[in-house]
Amino acid sequence: MRSLFRFLLRNYFVLMFVALEAFSFSLLVSYNNYQRVTFINSTNNFVGTIYERLSHLDDYFSLSKTNAKLAAENAALRTQLQRRIMLQDRNPLMRPDTVDAPAYIFTAAKVISNSVNKQFNYITINKGYRQGIKQDMGIVSSEGVVGVITNVSPNYATGLSLLNKRFSIPAKITKNNYTGNLAWDGEHTNTADLKEIPFHITVNVGDTVVTSGLSSIFPEGIMIGTITKWDQADGTNFYNIKVELSTNFRTLKYVEIVKNTKQDELKKLESNNVGE
Amino acid sequence: MIKDFWKYVIMFVVLVLIQVLVLNNIQISGFINPYIYILFILLLPFNIQGYFLLGLSFLIGITIDIFGNTPGIHAGASVLLGFIRPGLANLISSRELIEKGTTPNMIQLGFANFIKYVIIAVLIHHLVLFFAETFSLSDILETILRWILSSFFSILIILGSQFIIFKN
Repeated sequence: MRSLFRFLLRNYFVLMFVALEAFSFSLLVSYNNYQRVTFINSTNNFVGTIYERLSHLDDYFSLSKTNAKLAAENAALRTQLQRRIMLQDRNPLMRPDTVDAPAYIFTAAKVISNSVNKQFNYITINKGYRQGIKQDMGIVSSEGVVGVITNVSPNYATGLSLLNKRFSIPAKITKNNYTGNLAWDGEHTNTADLKEIPFHITVNVGDTVVTSGLSSIFPEGIMIGTITKWDQADGTNFYNIKVELSTNFRTLKYVEIVKNTKQDELKKLESNNVGE
Repeated sequence: MIKDFWKYVIMFVVLVLIQVLVLNNIQISGFINPYIYILFILLLPFNIQGYFLLGLSFLIGITIDIFGNTPGIHAGASVLLGFIRPGLANLISSRELIEKGTTPNMIQLGFANFIKYVIIAVLIHHLVLFFAETFSLSDILETILRWILSSFFSILIILGSQFIIFKN
């Protein structure tokens, strides 16, 4: 027993090193498995507050840019509204169903921290579960898809950015409605790969790629980007398609969190199918 | 001793803030991410107790992890740096300096030795860091490029800051 203690004392430097490395490694691995380590991320209050303060300061330098973006979004929404009014005028019998609640509800939030230069990028916003934010809600901006919420604290939330190799979303080409899977290529902050589009489809540079609505996170038809390059790899039946993302992640300031009011119902229904 | 304690506390806070608020937001390209917070580990006195050295290395690593949503990656790389630091100190310094417990800075070590010290430390730390971040050997060339470019800028910033501080 005594010799054991002596051994431990003499080698405590190595043993402590091994213990700390093992602990770090377990953190890394558990995060890779999507298990959430709740304390070690920027949803915690202290880090969130620091990021929020800094973001206030940073806002003053980008006021005019943000204004221009909001104005553009206003214009786009007004056009949509006009079109809807016109449709209703033409057909007085067509009235939106006011009994049914809307399937998707949008909540505005501000980005307080957002990384773009890592392989696994995360985004922190200034709303948490007190404001109704929950895990697995989508994040969109006026420009397009941004990411999905993974961690929530009382007043802050973090999510995977689209620029994260662990994130992929079902996407479709608007022109022909064919769906594939879109994931970041890990290289540039404005390009992603669209996979699983079979060879018999005609693909053109400039085609629009939007969310497919196949996942319960995003509504159908939210802009993702446009096709910039495609080629046919040998030995597969699928295209390699490069998509230029419409969201500028470097200047991201304001986002909207998408809540699917029917997500629970949908998940329950789908899990029933698996059970049988 | 107390004066030294506060000096290191301030250095810790300043380095973490510079790292997470300024350098983590540098967006030149995905290949250049300088990490200069390891200067804290490098500047701890030579005669520091082993458990203190490892403990502080872990502490600054995990702090950077919490801010950057990268659990374990910086902590692991920093602890490794803390572990090899005594060996590195023997390599670049005399026994006399180490036993006296001097701070391994530019004046005490001399310019050439300090540069050697920083370069070796940054290269080892960043190598572990970037491979732990990618967590695979695919895209190995990109990871190596990221390692070399980032190390270059980290070394540049660390040496530059030390040069400015000691010139005044």
